[in-house]
Amino acid sequence: MRVFDRILGIVGELLIAAGVLLGLFVVWQLFYTDVQAGRVQDAIIEDFEDQVGAVTAGGSVSEDGVDLETVETIPAEYQFTDDPPVLDEPAHAEVFGLMYVPRWGEDYVKPIAQGTDKPTVLNVIGIGHYEGTAMPGGWGNFSVAAHRTTYGKPFTDIQTIEDGDSVIIETADAWYVYEVTGHEIVLPTAVEVIAPVPDQPGMEADGRYLTMTTCNPRYSAAQRWVVHGYLKYWAPTGHGIPSEMVEEVS
Amino acid sequence: MISTWIWSRLPGNAWIKALIVAIAFVALVAVLFEVVFPWLEPYLPIQDQTVEGG
Repeated sequence: MRVFDRILGIVGELLIAAGVLLGLFVVWQLFYTDVQAGRVQDAIIEDFEDQVGAVTAGGSVSEDGVDLETVETIPAEYQFTDDPPVLDEPAHAEVFGLMYVPRWGEDYVKPIAQGTDKPTVLNVIGIGHYEGTAMPGGWGNFSVAAHRTTYGKPFTDIQTIEDGDSVIIETADAWYVYEVTGHEIVLPTAVEVIAPVPDQPGMEADGRYLTMTTCNPRYSAAQRWVVHGYLKYWAPTGHGIPSEMVEEVS
Repeated sequence: MISTWIWSRLPGNAWIKALIVAIAFVALVAVLFEVVFPWLEPYLPIQDQTVEGG
């Protein structure tokens, strides 16, 4: 029986070790990924602002958000509704813009990069652009995805977005101000939400749409929370920041 | 037992042994958090945020 006892003891120790390992994984996933991703994303935003910040005259937007003291808003004569400048799709994992969502606070800013895979974009940079969908301001459906929980959780408060809210994209050339028109909860296979005309696969593009996808419910992969919007106006950089960024969100 | 086997092979008195164990545990957690878990996570189907066919 001595041998049996020893084997049982070793099995018990291995089970305890496995339990500790799983516990550590949960701690890492739920807490540490935010720390890691937060660090990286702040650095990315700073880099991007260094590149484009020079032309964003009048607007002192930094990784800390909008400085309301010094900010100038874009005057009406620079708000255009005609064809905006549209970037070509960049290389995979290249950061091409920043997203601001006033509903989530004036300090909310996250980088957007090309591609939606986890190891190189969503787990590291934040918001990922679905390859093949329109770029910001483009004819069709500018579609992005991001984590609802963990890794900096860019879209954690997606359920608070209301119809009429603004979602603002900044690139090196322009500001694109989208207005939210609604949301839906779909299955993970519902690729029609990022079709050129949202939810109408096969249709020719008939507008400049925005689609944001993230997981639902929180901490689950069972469904997707999807927010749709359309381009309200665009403005060249260098004339301040969109007034939507500093207005009180009701 | 694995734990008693390791304990009996660590040098020094009980305090030094405890210190070595603590340092080894912190090092293990660092390797797991920075290398192993980030590598493993994309293969686990625990969360996804994109829509895709299939």
